[in-house]
Amino acid sequence: MSAPMLAVDAVSTAYGAVQALRDVSIEVAKGEIVTLVGANGAGKSTLLMTICGDPRARAGRVAFEGRDITALPTHEIMRLGIAQVPEGRRVFPRMSVMENLLMGAQVAGHDPAPLLAQVFALFPRLQERQAQRGGTLSGGEQQMLAIGRALMSRPRLLLLDEPSLGLAPLIVRQIFAAIRDLNEKEGLTVLLVEQNANQALRLAHRGYVLVNGRITLRGTGRELLAMPEVRDAYLGGGH
Amino acid sequence: MNGEVAAITMAARPKVAAAAVKDAAITALVALGLFVPIVGLRTDVSSAGTLYLRERWGDVAILVVLAFAGRLGLLTWRGLRGEAKPATAARTALLARAGTFVAPLLLGLAVVLPFMPGTGRYELDLGILVLTYVMLGWGLNIVVGLAGLLDLGYVAFYAVGAYSYALLATTFGWSFWICLPLAGILAAFWGVLLGFPVLRLRGDYLAIVTLAFGEIIRVVLINWASLTGGPNGITGIPRPSFFGLPFSMSGEPDTFAGFFGIEPSPVHRVIFLYYLILILALLTNWVSIRLRRQPLGRAWEALREDEIACRALGINITNTKLTAFAIGAMFGGFAGAFFATRQGFISPESFTFIESAIILAIVVLGGMGSQIGIAIAALVMIGGFEVFRDLDEWRMLVFGGAMVLIMVVRPRGLVGSRTPTIALGARRAIGAEHVGEGRG
Repeated sequence: MSAPMLAVDAVSTAYGAVQALRDVSIEVAKGEIVTLVGANGAGKSTLLMTICGDPRARAGRVAFEGRDITALPTHEIMRLGIAQVPEGRRVFPRMSVMENLLMGAQVAGHDPAPLLAQVFALFPRLQERQAQRGGTLSGGEQQMLAIGRALMSRPRLLLLDEPSLGLAPLIVRQIFAAIRDLNEKEGLTVLLVEQNANQALRLAHRGYVLVNGRITLRGTGRELLAMPEVRDAYLGGGH
Repeated sequence: MNGEVAAITMAARPKVAAAAVKDAAITALVALGLFVPIVGLRTDVSSAGTLYLRERWGDVAILVVLAFAGRLGLLTWRGLRGEAKPATAARTALLARAGTFVAPLLLGLAVVLPFMPGTGRYELDLGILVLTYVMLGWGLNIVVGLAGLLDLGYVAFYAVGAYSYALLATTFGWSFWICLPLAGILAAFWGVLLGFPVLRLRGDYLAIVTLAFGEIIRVVLINWASLTGGPNGITGIPRPSFFGLPFSMSGEPDTFAGFFGIEPSPVHRVIFLYYLILILALLTNWVSIRLRRQPLGRAWEALREDEIACRALGINITNTKLTAFAIGAMFGGFAGAFFATRQGFISPESFTFIESAIILAIVVLGGMGSQIGIAIAALVMIGGFEVFRDLDEWRMLVFGGAMVLIMVVRPRGLVGSRTPTIALGARRAIGAEHVGEGRG
């Protein structure tokens, strides 16, 4: 395997005195979907945010496409070709769907028209609702909007923080199908943080299990799904 | 009177009527509790020079009855009107169209005001005052309305601008046109200075720090007597000249009247000041509108909506906030410089917290972020305040009542809809019903 697109090497992060991540190393290769699963408070979101430089890693190194980004400010990291779909979606509530999407294109500065067409092809619902305010969308539509907004910067790496949070199973399937589509058709590399370990591991090529800020298990999605310790801890005893 | 209709409605819905009467009775009780100490008992000086307590139970009774009747009337009216109809898309579109029509009308009115029949010195002075607040409102709107940073100390930048102009002009004798940009730059510098420590603060915490900042500036102005003249302020600030031609009564060829060969009149200077503040205000408006369509202005609005999402989109939060403070402060500084040259005298008394509160009220009443709404709000607040001057001490009551009324009838401000800042193709106004109430 050539150098990975994203390499997190022995990273430790703390909030004040509370150690959130200890010596965590993960790799994401170009074209992969990698998922981080783990219980509440295991440090999944912290790892994702540390990659974005907020909070900053206390120790270790984060590299994107071979470049050390550990010390870069967040807004610069987000301009390198990384896009993030934040936890809780965080669409701009008083801006229209269209404005939300165009805000996503603003910093990268690509021509928004073809990107919009791509997002609307992926989520036709957004096209129907383009004049509606972000805050008036349903949860699933907001998640689509958040993903669409992130795609508007034409990222090479997409970071997704709990996209299934609070959504109906049917909608979750739609969102996950869209992620798979993006990966297979557009070659988008995806790092997915999920509590919904079952579906995330089915979707992902590889996965990591995070427990109390440490990586305890790693493997392909299928391997992890088959491991009894994963089944017991995160899949409710194999449902 | 609609008593007959009300009676029919009440007969049809006796329970509703009983509830309304009960509600009105409670209102009357609250009014009684309030008005007994406020109106009922009054200390007066007797003819012998001693204090005595005057009882005014008749007045209290009238007020309580008024409160009862008013509440009952309001409830009846609401009952008759039925459920409040939400603003429809058609109404939003209509309002937007009215907005495009009202703005040029107001602007045209503002331009021709000095030459309209019946416009005297008083009307011009009032116009200048209103326009000053329009400009301050537009300036603060950048910080509060667009970037969503609640600033309770905006008057500090007004003060910095005024004192900068006064000190530069009296110390170095520089002309208004040199001092004006300098005052704006200095105010912007203070805006950045305030911005740095509050970068991480939002909402209530930001409001408290900006409030303190406004007070610190005022207290420094009072106590740094060697520079600012302390409580006595600065006198003898040069009055503006017409590009080097002073407004003087002598009629010499090197004065304004003499140069243009017209009869010298004190009104010339007032008209000049009027147009000066009009141009400054329009400059503020133009810059705000332009910036809203630039990446920076969109970043401000996105910041108001969600700071974390902004970070995720690669927006530099630090620069976005600091530029909002700096540009907002700069226009405050311009307005301050204008204030100083108009008054010819400034003291810390002109820059108290109530000024910040009035400017903020204009922004909020206008509908955060709406340019035309702010202009109308300034006209209503400052102009209305003057119109009711004859009411003496009741003026504040009318003022307060009007504000409560506006917030009841139009909780999102006078103009609550907004046009998208960023669009492909046609812009469409977004209805007020989707704008969150009272959310910065």
